[in-house]
Amino acid sequence: MTFKKDRLRRTMMFVPGNNAGMLKDAGIYGADSIMFDLEDSVSLAEKDSARNLVYEALTTVDYGDAELVVRTNGLDTDFFEADVKAMVKAGIDVIRIPKTENAGMVKEMEDLVIAAEKQFGIPVGQTHLMAAIESAEGVLNVPEIAKASDRMIGVALSAEDYTTDLQTHRYPDGKELEFARNMIINAARAAGIAAFDTVYTDVDNTQGLINETEYIHELGYDGKSVINPRQIPVINKVFAPTKAQIENAKNVITAIENARLAGSGVIAMGGQMVDRPVALRAERVMKLAKASGLVDKGGHYIGK
Amino acid sequence: MEIKKTAIAGTLESSDIQVTVSKGNDGIKIDLTSDVKERFGKNIVKTIEEIVNKFGIENINIKAVDQGALDCVIKARTITAIQRSLGTSEEPDWEVL
Amino acid sequence: MENKLERILPDDLMKKYDYKPFETTEIGHPIIQRTAPKVRVSDGDGKVTNDLAKIVKDNVKDGMTISFHHHFRNGDFIFNTVMEEIMKQGIKNLTLAPSSLTGAMNDVAIKAIKNGTVTNITTSGMRGELGDVVSHGALETPVIFRSHGGRARAIENGDIKIDVAFLGVPNADRCGNANGMYGEEAFGSLGYALMDAAYADKVVLLTDNLVDYPNAPASIKQTQVDYVVEVDKVGDPDKIGSGATRFTKDPKNLKIANMVSDVITNSSYFKDGFSFQTGSGGAALAVTRYLRNAMIDQNIKASFGLGGITKPMVDLLEEGLIGKLMDVQDFDKAAANSMKENKNQQEIDASWYADPDNKGAMVDQLDVSILSALEIDTNFNVNVLTGSDGVIRGAVGGHQDAAMAKMTIICAPLTRGRIPSIVKSVDTAVTPGSSIDVLVTDYGVAVNPNRKDLQEQLSDIPGINLYTIDELAEKAQKIVGQEEPLNYTDKTVGLVEYRDGSIIDSIKEVKD
Repeated sequence: MTFKKDRLRRTMMFVPGNNAGMLKDAGIYGADSIMFDLEDSVSLAEKDSARNLVYEALTTVDYGDAELVVRTNGLDTDFFEADVKAMVKAGIDVIRIPKTENAGMVKEMEDLVIAAEKQFGIPVGQTHLMAAIESAEGVLNVPEIAKASDRMIGVALSAEDYTTDLQTHRYPDGKELEFARNMIINAARAAGIAAFDTVYTDVDNTQGLINETEYIHELGYDGKSVINPRQIPVINKVFAPTKAQIENAKNVITAIENARLAGSGVIAMGGQMVDRPVALRAERVMKLAKASGLVDKGGHYIGK
Repeated sequence: MEIKKTAIAGTLESSDIQVTVSKGNDGIKIDLTSDVKERFGKNIVKTIEEIVNKFGIENINIKAVDQGALDCVIKARTITAIQRSLGTSEEPDWEVL
Repeated sequence: MENKLERILPDDLMKKYDYKPFETTEIGHPIIQRTAPKVRVSDGDGKVTNDLAKIVKDNVKDGMTISFHHHFRNGDFIFNTVMEEIMKQGIKNLTLAPSSLTGAMNDVAIKAIKNGTVTNITTSGMRGELGDVVSHGALETPVIFRSHGGRARAIENGDIKIDVAFLGVPNADRCGNANGMYGEEAFGSLGYALMDAAYADKVVLLTDNLVDYPNAPASIKQTQVDYVVEVDKVGDPDKIGSGATRFTKDPKNLKIANMVSDVITNSSYFKDGFSFQTGSGGAALAVTRYLRNAMIDQNIKASFGLGGITKPMVDLLEEGLIGKLMDVQDFDKAAANSMKENKNQQEIDASWYADPDNKGAMVDQLDVSILSALEIDTNFNVNVLTGSDGVIRGAVGGHQDAAMAKMTIICAPLTRGRIPSIVKSVDTAVTPGSSIDVLVTDYGVAVNPNRKDLQEQLSDIPGINLYTIDELAEKAQKIVGQEEPLNYTDKTVGLVEYRDGSIIDSIKEVKD
């Protein structure tokens, strides 16, 4: 497991926690984050089984560079305490709090996580948190939720429950999610954490997935949740920078490097000042370019 | 520790193993069915035995129907079956995990 | 004795059959004397009959070699019809020399082995129950496994001398002109059966579709045919195209296919006029779809596609992305249908396709081949014949032949369930590692160390994670754990020929 707060999170792949075959292969699809689900995809009778299976998988299977996330059962269930303890003991990177409505729920989870970290000798602070926003209450409180703990790494929209709460349903154009999506991205950015968009459930509709991903990319989201590994390359492609963006970013980085070597505080490129936002954007473009396989190790464009 | 109640965990899906534990009175008895028995039979039995020993159970009958499960799955399913039999699913013995 | 791959071969059988151990994939330029069939002269009249019993009685004798083709695949009725008649007449000690054996033939083949009707078999492969009984020693003599090219070679030079070939066809005229393209049970190319038609002493066509004379275009010609037997039904059209070909949605197969496509498009072979062959496995089929996108993006067209033809290849032909399809068999109905629709889909026989001992086979002109594997070892030797329990459950097919391509890519998942596909030493070596260039797994790619050029071409491609094959084998073992060795008796149940006729490995009887 490799936790990095500031990393690419273009795709968070859902893996049903009680499915032995899917747990085994979850690491091979290049998802930036893998989310093992103990909640909705697991029937009531199998909660214990899924928990033990995910625990054993986390402590044995090599998931490469992916960030590992677990969605536990809700704070109001009988399973939640054992879920959190087992996952903290397994050394999970991030616990995803389901149906988060307010900052208090994040605090409650944090307290339990701290207790578990102490109980199992895990360095306190190692286990991070993220919140799934699944209700109108949650959307309205997302600014405080996003800032509720230093452990928070992101907030995610979960549209199925949310649209039910709003007394609507999913539409292809996504108008029903406009407010929530804007609230979540702004709350996330204000808190300096990641924003994840909801899943696209029509797995065979590639064009629909592209359209929705382009839209949330435009809004500023870090990425989307995915329910099928086939969606990962499609989403990654939307997040891939263009050749012009990459070349510009490389020029920016070269200008910064030149200024550093010259001992100059002022960074100029083509007669223009390179300020901090430009530099940050260039770094992110290069990171995306690398992850998209568009540059070689020297940062040279190799896309075709 | 004693197994009193019969309990089952796991599925018959590919890469899984279904483990049924029940009361025994003659040590650890394991009845294994597996497509990969020729190549991994001893390994599977050993993995199950290790879990049983960790629980400190001396007498138990286990029926395992394997569909090519990895060690981590075999461990998890055995633990779950025993926890269910002992009624400790939600207050697990953390030393065993 | 040991061969170059350090496979231990049974001395007694090697001597008895006068076999040489496998040495090299190089064929060189030997001078070969071919054989010719006996011909019973006829003016072409009087060939048609519906009396199969009489044909069998007059032509099949104890100890003969008889052959069939497997173009009907799992929909085949011919093998069972003919074999039942042969058994009814009490004929014994036959050598069975079909192009391959499919599941539809298993029950009757087992019966024929058990009652002594069949005592020798040479085939490309066998699966299911038949593989199981053979692996448990049902035959006294070992089955000789040959590739499609190897069979063509053996037929041409007389190693396989077919006395009577029983060839099912979906149409024929009264003199024996026939093709695979028309009729209810059309399967497209007759590629493998053309060898039997050309070299068997007696050629018996069986059809349920007698058409007007002269039947054209003809693949099997009246000059080759002794009898045309009318039967009720030659096969089940619904099962002809099934079994082998399916469009995958499996994310693991798609992931492997995508990587294979990346390997091809980043290699020096991906240029205008390149050629390729794919198998019929889920991943191989999907490769064609990914390749299509890259070909359109980079404006690259292939000169030809070879081998077993599938719908994705036909799509490329029809889009103008492939110049010609060189077709030895068709894996699905769309491919079979395309043979009559597209003049650029050329039927080729097994010799033209893959025979090492002719004046140039198409596999030698091939740039890229994409093949599958049950197992591949750290020397890149591939097993496509025996399963993890040591039982025969596959076919050599065109594997050894298509591996002659300039870049041969094996695609396989690192593990199947708990069974590793990448191992230290394969159970049965079928295709030598020296002819394999790249391995693509769901975990990453390994390039044969003797291909420094490819290593270089693929080394700085971010989409391609390069490992050594030893690293991949270790990764696989780490996932599945340490396997116990298989138990065999000393009895040899199979000998695997390399395409040149040398012995690349032997298969032992499984001990339960």
